[in-house]
Amino acid sequence: MSETVKFREQFSSSPEITARFPDLHPPFDATAAVVEANRCLYCFDAPCTGACPTHIDVPKFIKKIATGNLEGSAHTILDANILGASCARACPVDVLCEGACVLHRYNKQPIAIARLQRFAMDSLYNSGAPLPFSPGADTGKSVALIGAGPASLACAAELRRRGIRALIYDARPLPGGLNTYGIAEYKLPIEESLREIDLLAQLGVEFHFDVTVEAAMLAQLEAAHHAVFLGVGLGAIHQIGVDGEELSGVTNALDFIAGYKSGAITSVPERVAVIGAGNTAIDAANAAIRLGAREVYMIYRRGPEQMSAFAFEYEHAKQEGVKFMWRVKLLSVEGYGRVEALQLCELEATSDGSLVPKPDDCVFTLPIDMVVLAIGQAVQTDFLRNRILLEHRRVAINRQTGQTSNPKFFAGGDCVNGGREVVDAVADGKRAGIGIAAWLEEQHAHA
Amino acid sequence: MPTLDTTFAGLRCINPFWLASAPPTNCGEQIMRAFDAGWGGAVWKTIGEPVTNVSSRYSSIDWNGQRMMGFNNIELISDRPVDVNLRELAEVKRRYPKHIVIASLMVESTREAWHEIVARAEDAGADGLELNFGCPHGMSERGMGSAVGQVPEYCGQITGWVKEKARTPVIVKLTPNVTDIRMPARAAKQAGADALSAINTINSITGIDLDTLEPRPNVDGKSSHGGYCGPAVKPIALNMVQQVMADPAAALPMSAIGGIATWQDAAEFILLGAGTVQVCTAAMHYGYRIVEDMADGLIAWMRRKGYESLDDFRGLSLPKVTDWKNLNLNYKIVARIHAEKCIGCELCYTACWDGAHQCIHLDRALPSPDTTRTPAMVAAESSARITTTPIAKLDLAGPDETGPYNTPLARIPRVDEDECVGCNLCSLVCPVPDCITMERVDTGLPPETWDQRAHEEARR
Repeated sequence: MSETVKFREQFSSSPEITARFPDLHPPFDATAAVVEANRCLYCFDAPCTGACPTHIDVPKFIKKIATGNLEGSAHTILDANILGASCARACPVDVLCEGACVLHRYNKQPIAIARLQRFAMDSLYNSGAPLPFSPGADTGKSVALIGAGPASLACAAELRRRGIRALIYDARPLPGGLNTYGIAEYKLPIEESLREIDLLAQLGVEFHFDVTVEAAMLAQLEAAHHAVFLGVGLGAIHQIGVDGEELSGVTNALDFIAGYKSGAITSVPERVAVIGAGNTAIDAANAAIRLGAREVYMIYRRGPEQMSAFAFEYEHAKQEGVKFMWRVKLLSVEGYGRVEALQLCELEATSDGSLVPKPDDCVFTLPIDMVVLAIGQAVQTDFLRNRILLEHRRVAINRQTGQTSNPKFFAGGDCVNGGREVVDAVADGKRAGIGIAAWLEEQHAHA
Repeated sequence: MPTLDTTFAGLRCINPFWLASAPPTNCGEQIMRAFDAGWGGAVWKTIGEPVTNVSSRYSSIDWNGQRMMGFNNIELISDRPVDVNLRELAEVKRRYPKHIVIASLMVESTREAWHEIVARAEDAGADGLELNFGCPHGMSERGMGSAVGQVPEYCGQITGWVKEKARTPVIVKLTPNVTDIRMPARAAKQAGADALSAINTINSITGIDLDTLEPRPNVDGKSSHGGYCGPAVKPIALNMVQQVMADPAAALPMSAIGGIATWQDAAEFILLGAGTVQVCTAAMHYGYRIVEDMADGLIAWMRRKGYESLDDFRGLSLPKVTDWKNLNLNYKIVARIHAEKCIGCELCYTACWDGAHQCIHLDRALPSPDTTRTPAMVAAESSARITTTPIAKLDLAGPDETGPYNTPLARIPRVDEDECVGCNLCSLVCPVPDCITMERVDTGLPPETWDQRAHEEARR
């Protein structure tokens, strides 16, 4: 592999964004990390490990922090999860490892696993040490991976460790997918995502950017490689289908988050409305506050009990100052040339649980300068139709191997699981990488 | 209201808590502050011909984030002139007449030297004398300290010389760096000692710096074996105190030393026969203020137990220590795991499989008990399991009902009581108090000791 400019050096962060989005969970220093590591009980068959989709051996890496074996700690993390640094920052650990910690039932305070994991990974980076893995002996096999998000990256790492060429194609100019462009900056800054991919790239992963793979190219890749991995993620945010949606000042959460993270957006107007109540909606609402909005409303058609955001995200948004409007439906976006207000309708639940407009005066107007749509992403699997089996428009796979109905195609990440977390994509990609290698081996044996 | 007043070798003590001869009793000013904090007595840092000390002097063992589980020093006896120490001792006694001040002494092994120092210490007003036959480093190379304590004849000889002169109680401080501590104790008793104190510190090297490869404490690149003390040595001290106190030829009033930091520690030593207790490391770690809880906690415990004075419980545990051959072989206990308290860490499970008798199993959630499933099989099943982030709208089943606040049945281990040997290991590793209890099982057999069985077999 020829030496190329590191991804991290291809991006320079906006100082203003960096200042407005400091770490939500500041890093441990060495003393604090060791004190915390020593609290870990070192459970057998630990529930935290079981709860992690990538099954990082949590007690193992934590004990290594306690003994000062930081290299070994990072190695333990990376062996299970090649994006261990990102996951340490981006994972909703309250519902994963930390949620499963037995200390909830002991002294009520779970181990700060995510911060310890970040400490171990930061130590590796700060030491300047290379990735502690090497590519396997060349097998002469090659795999094309569509999408440069966490699923493909994790798959590519497994392939390279087994001596299989990994060529990643992505429509964007930088790798990482939503890990780079879509995670709230106070959790995972772009540089951190890129730094991690630089490390992984040491395995000799080949990247091809600004390439949109459509049906014809997919056929070419299929012909040119021994297998294809689909890590295409989801598509654009759904349109809501109301009048005024096309007005200037109406955007969607993914564009908005990618825009501010890249430094293209450094401020927002005074009044911002976010439509939706998922985790991405909350990221967008919090970002609007940090970018200077005085009023940020989250508008959701149903009640807090139905919101898909994690409880801790909801709490965080309340602390940031986001205002929630429950059981309120967007009727239209009003304005001349650009958004000026929203026409909204208050709903109430009927006895059968369905939501209907309140009988009297349910419609009201909310002056607003910017609208962010965050009601979920569409799928982009149309180009796969008739080639592999889809279920609910998601790619159907064998969960253990990642193999699709077309044996040469494997898949993982959001296009398979409907849109979960980075760590789920990594787990999918890892299983698929191992699955591809096993399948190629099997093909070879039968050839 | 229970009292901590006690009499030790004829000395009236306001409480049994003495500071041991060590840095906390280096000078009069310190000892007076210690008395103000509540200590009932102090054994002055050993007085003798002044030495030159090195820097550094201390090192320690930390354990899982706790500092100074074990402590080590290579400091010698007092580096202050004898007359300065004795002048200050007189001042302390004048200002604190009800407090006990013991002069710890160490001089070269001649009758004249000992006679002289005994006279000077008593003239200064010392309530008693402690003969330092225990210091394991430095002084022993010069024929003093443990070099005396390790040879019962020397121990007896010097004690005899001191007794020729002394008017106050003579306490012989024993070194643990011997194969049988009863031998020097017997020699001291035979020579007329009024009391004993034990243990002095244990020969140690606390550790090696893995960067420099130099041992600690580091004195210009080198170290020397030091004296080990602190919480880590308490079990060794308890054993040695018991050995001496259970031996009629050795037993004397005992001032117990070794890892004592709390009222519980003090109570345990008194239960094995100690009259007073001496503290050093804990005071060096946290300061003199620790004595307040030692006194307060001990009185509260005595009240709970119905003891009015230390004499009411002194030595009560001595008869409960016996030789192995006298233990009841037909006594059987088994581990019981109280599922409602179990947090599911499975430390008992791995400990029993790897460190004990393979009788704890993870089969509660299985259709039937399975004692063939090994830890490796359990781990392999877990690593093959596919888990995803629970996201309500994507998961039809909704969030896991057990949540973080109930331990899943599959994680609560089960004890195979037929196979359990009652070793205690699981209950020792379990982090939750009273989650694993050891319960007596009736074997239907009368008590029988190894001794009895051996006799029985010999008769047959």
